[in-house]
Amino acid sequence: MAAPHLELVNVSKQYADTPAVRGVNLGVNEGAYVCILGPSGCGKSTLLRMVAGHETVSDGDIVLAGQNITTLNPAQRGTAMMFQSYALFPHLSVRDNVAFPLRMRGVDQADRLTQADDMLERVQLGSLSNRFPAQLSGGQQQRVALARAMITTPRVLLLDEPLSALDPFLRVQIRSELRQLQRDLGITFVHVTHSQDEALALADQVVVMNDGEIQQSSTAFDVFNKPRSEFVAKFIGGHNVLSLGDRRVSIRSDRMSISRQARDGLFATVVDIEFQGASVLVKSQLDDDVDAVVVQLSDERFFDQPLVVGESVCLMWREEDAHTLAA
Amino acid sequence: MPRSRSFYVLAAFFGAFVLFLYGPVITIGILSFQGPRGGLTFPMNGVSLHWFFDLFEEQAVGDFWAAFRRSLTLGAMVMVTTVVVSVMGGLAFRQRFAGSAALFYLVIASLVIPSILVSLGVGLVFNVLDWEVHWATSGFGSQLTWTLPFGLLIMFAVFNRFDGAYEEAARDCGASWWQTLRFVVLPLIAPSLIGVALFGFTLSYDEFARTLLTSGSYNTLPLEIFGMTTNVTTPVLYALGTVTTLFSLLVIAVFLVAARLQRRRLLAQASSGSAQS
Repeated sequence: MAAPHLELVNVSKQYADTPAVRGVNLGVNEGAYVCILGPSGCGKSTLLRMVAGHETVSDGDIVLAGQNITTLNPAQRGTAMMFQSYALFPHLSVRDNVAFPLRMRGVDQADRLTQADDMLERVQLGSLSNRFPAQLSGGQQQRVALARAMITTPRVLLLDEPLSALDPFLRVQIRSELRQLQRDLGITFVHVTHSQDEALALADQVVVMNDGEIQQSSTAFDVFNKPRSEFVAKFIGGHNVLSLGDRRVSIRSDRMSISRQARDGLFATVVDIEFQGASVLVKSQLDDDVDAVVVQLSDERFFDQPLVVGESVCLMWREEDAHTLAA
Repeated sequence: MPRSRSFYVLAAFFGAFVLFLYGPVITIGILSFQGPRGGLTFPMNGVSLHWFFDLFEEQAVGDFWAAFRRSLTLGAMVMVTTVVVSVMGGLAFRQRFAGSAALFYLVIASLVIPSILVSLGVGLVFNVLDWEVHWATSGFGSQLTWTLPFGLLIMFAVFNRFDGAYEEAARDCGASWWQTLRFVVLPLIAPSLIGVALFGFTLSYDEFARTLLTSGSYNTLPLEIFGMTTNVTTPVLYALGTVTTLFSLLVIAVFLVAARLQRRRLLAQASSGSAQS
């Protein structure tokens, strides 16, 4: 198997006496869309910033396209970063923002402006090149930031929470634009997010982090269907984690069913019912467990025989849907 | 809704405050139009521009045009030095370094020490070292003990609000440390620099106590005016006061216009689409 395009070898970051990233090993293939997913403070942004060269590496190595870039400065790495706040220069026009990296590299004015205009056409902002960042909408600013990051054709584009500054409607739209652009350009994207939806929707490879360590790195399908640990199952959402005898299992909420007639299953009491539109979430409490179990029923199934709060029910699932978690 | 009684009480208090603030300046302004035979106090003995013309005649005591030129030069020197050193100091203090807290208190202490002591001290040191006391050397230095801490404090406030992501983005775009400062940081803090410059100039222009014992044989304008109050008994003094006040306002207006033009230039550039090089 070919060596990965981007490889992190035992990368750690130590702040004074608190470790932020602990011995992370990760390989990313060329042209992949990778999402690093985790709760705030899990070290995902620090990891990204180490790859970008905006944070020193305490220990370990970062290799990009066969070159050890651990100690290089940001511009020498072949990486480009898109900042959470976009960090567009407010005193420069859109065109000058996009041309800025070329200007710093000494490309002459005519040449760099032509290239900037080409790049702006690619992100459909050709008509706004004379505007200033403050005159653009959030989505437009995001595309300018993208254009500025792409103009030097980096080997890997690093995106730090690129969608978090947008309102929810726009977020979904820009999300698919981002994926489209990545496919068109064929550049490796590493995208840091705390949103499970975003990671599942975008990524070829999802890297779930917690407490400075990688919990799981696999395809979006596997992260969702075969979470390795209890943390992953709970963080990715849509799962119930239950103790069955001496093992812990995760079961997708939409793969469970509820019956009134007590048969073979877990007995529970309905404590809450939440209507979601296409589905209904039924929360119920087991006698011997602290966490409520959530069952997602299609609206048809729920309204066929509606349940009420306080009712005693029996929770059921197929054995193949119970996924055993690592201890 | 009718206004509450406290509104009227506070409005009256505020009115009294404004009157206290600007009353003296307005009084001097009015008295500077005193008739040729008028004195230093009311009532007005006719209205004329006599004392303004008198300003340009040679005076028996004092030479305020020379003093004005000195103050202007000194103000410009202090202004430039304050801006340059404050920006550099502000950049340095963005990181903690060994002794940074002690250095900060040392800088601020010179604001707390009574001005006249600073003046006395600087004068003494020059005396001991057998250097000549002069407004452009000792006077310049002692005025900086006043303007630099202020400038530095303003830059602290500026850099506190400055988003470091701009610099990281610049570095990511391949800018060197110097290019980051030149093309990103300085343009972004430029409006604040105009403020620091204006501050440095006006603090210097009307500085009195620190300059008193350090200006040597040639007076700055405030010292000259003070000297004249004891000797000159005509409203020419008021005319001078009015003219220097107008000059101060003019300086402020120039800075404001400069700031506005800067912004308009940016916008014009945007609409014409000409690229900045």
